[in-house]
Amino acid sequence: MSVLCLLEQDAAGAVDAASLRALSLARGLAATEAATPATGAGPPTPAGHAGTGQLAAVVFGDPDRLPLTALGGAGVTDVYAVPPSHLDGYAPRAWASVLAGLTAQAGATAVVAAATDRGSEVMAYLGAITGQPVAANCLSVRPAGNGTYQLVRQRWAGLLLEDAVLEASPALLTVAPDAPPEDTAAAAPSPGEPALHLHQPELTGADLVVRAAETADQGGGVSLATARVVVGGGRGVGGPDGFAPLEELASLLGGVVGVSRVVTSQGWRPHTQQVGQTGTKITPELYLACGISGAIQHMAGCGSAKHIVAVNTDPAAPIMSRADYAVIGDLAEIIPALVAALKDRG
Amino acid sequence: MEVLVCVKRVPQVGGRIVITPDGQDVETRMSGFAISPHEECAVEEAVRLTQRLGGTATVLTLGPAEAAEQLREALAIGATRGVLLETDGREWGPVATAAAITDAVRRTAADGGGPGYDLLLFGNEAADTGDYQVGVRVAESLGWPCVTGVKHLETDGATVRVRREYRGTGETFEFGLPAVITVKEGINLPRYPSLPGRLRAKRAVLEQHQPTWSADGLRKTGLRVPEQRRQQATVLGSGPDAVPALVRLLEELGVLR
Repeated sequence: MSVLCLLEQDAAGAVDAASLRALSLARGLAATEAATPATGAGPPTPAGHAGTGQLAAVVFGDPDRLPLTALGGAGVTDVYAVPPSHLDGYAPRAWASVLAGLTAQAGATAVVAAATDRGSEVMAYLGAITGQPVAANCLSVRPAGNGTYQLVRQRWAGLLLEDAVLEASPALLTVAPDAPPEDTAAAAPSPGEPALHLHQPELTGADLVVRAAETADQGGGVSLATARVVVGGGRGVGGPDGFAPLEELASLLGGVVGVSRVVTSQGWRPHTQQVGQTGTKITPELYLACGISGAIQHMAGCGSAKHIVAVNTDPAAPIMSRADYAVIGDLAEIIPALVAALKDRG
Repeated sequence: MEVLVCVKRVPQVGGRIVITPDGQDVETRMSGFAISPHEECAVEEAVRLTQRLGGTATVLTLGPAEAAEQLREALAIGATRGVLLETDGREWGPVATAAAITDAVRRTAADGGGPGYDLLLFGNEAADTGDYQVGVRVAESLGWPCVTGVKHLETDGATVRVRREYRGTGETFEFGLPAVITVKEGINLPRYPSLPGRLRAKRAVLEQHQPTWSADGLRKTGLRVPEQRRQQATVLGSGPDAVPALVRLLEELGVLR
């Protein structure tokens, strides 16, 4: 019995937050699977792995930079690392082939990844290669006996929840980056530092046709996805010329400007600034939503903001029932006055 | 260049999503339908490519008879041929959907006696189910390469070079055609249909097939609206007079530098 979890590293080599959520779900799954022996179909359990609830992490990158002790603390028993000397650069089919190989080798019952751009892409390839379904954007997954799983996953970018039953071997799951952490109190005690296996994959030419060229840095600046403060502008900004005060305010607060879909579909601002279901999901301390009515597709992108302050002429706008604070009035008067007040303050 | 673009008919949800009394579907009696947003951009991209390089932009959808409306929307902005894979209204999972599309691609190649399509375009994920996998599954069945989440596409008809964002930086891929690309909103700004385009779309004859449904290993048992933070915002004041209160709030929230 084992569960595999794909981990993605950030530029500094740390395991990223979305992967930690996926790992948390995988740990819960490994623990419950160990506690409830599977009846029915499924690959035979390899000797030595019986009932121990093995949780194996799979990483493509430099193993020297992996926080092994922390991974042990997160319940990981084994780490399979594919170092750059064995596979350099991101190649989604190659990553999926490695996961397929390790799944067979470990007799894994489930493979879990974060529902990030890469995690979703690799799992889609793994589903296609193995012919198994993929349950995307899961929030929770429980084994339900006879090789089935009871799960909850997001639809409409989290605006709806779907209850579903997955019948698959292995179970292929992606975990929504905003999934709540699993309660791992009941999980097996941490095994200490996991065993590190350097993995030499056997890849075919077809695995490497799609391979990322060196990533070009598009220049510094604060990114929308990780900004501490986002100043949002919607239809109420009125046109492309109305954004200068919002830009100035964002810059004073050390943040960035984000916009609603109507702004990008009118061509007022580039799509890279869009917050929402088809744009970027943001998680700032403060979202100052100016002239934004609060359509649900927009709220799907900013609902995780810690505080929402709305500036709107319409006290009955939907954003008023999602914001913590509001100022009623014309943003074209309020924002320049706020900029002036912040400058006076020094 | 022969381009196939695959679109999905999804409900146009406005202020909130309502579930049907049986808890199985989104209530659509009061709402319209549209092409999923990423796919609108895929249609625009297909039209631009074939206008520049010649060839045909075919639009395909798998859905109920009413999904012909979405094919006509795509024809109105410049797609040249419409294919409806008609279902009985049941929800199709990604595995069955990909199999039906793969069959349609193979059928076109066989009927035409040639290689068929050079490029298949999909949206990155459908607005409703967000499964993120139909394009990849079709590509794998055909043995073609596939990249998802594309925001920039260049092709000369023989190779394709695509770019997408990855953690604030750019990532590029390049490979030979035929290939499958899934695109994200932002790759272009879709045009509005012209009046002649609408008329042409209205008269167009759609090719129709009835693929066979098969069960997916992932079975929906019900839909729910998640509990949301519902509150009424604390109003700090009106107009520029509220600015001092707003500054104090920003101080309290610790976001001033």
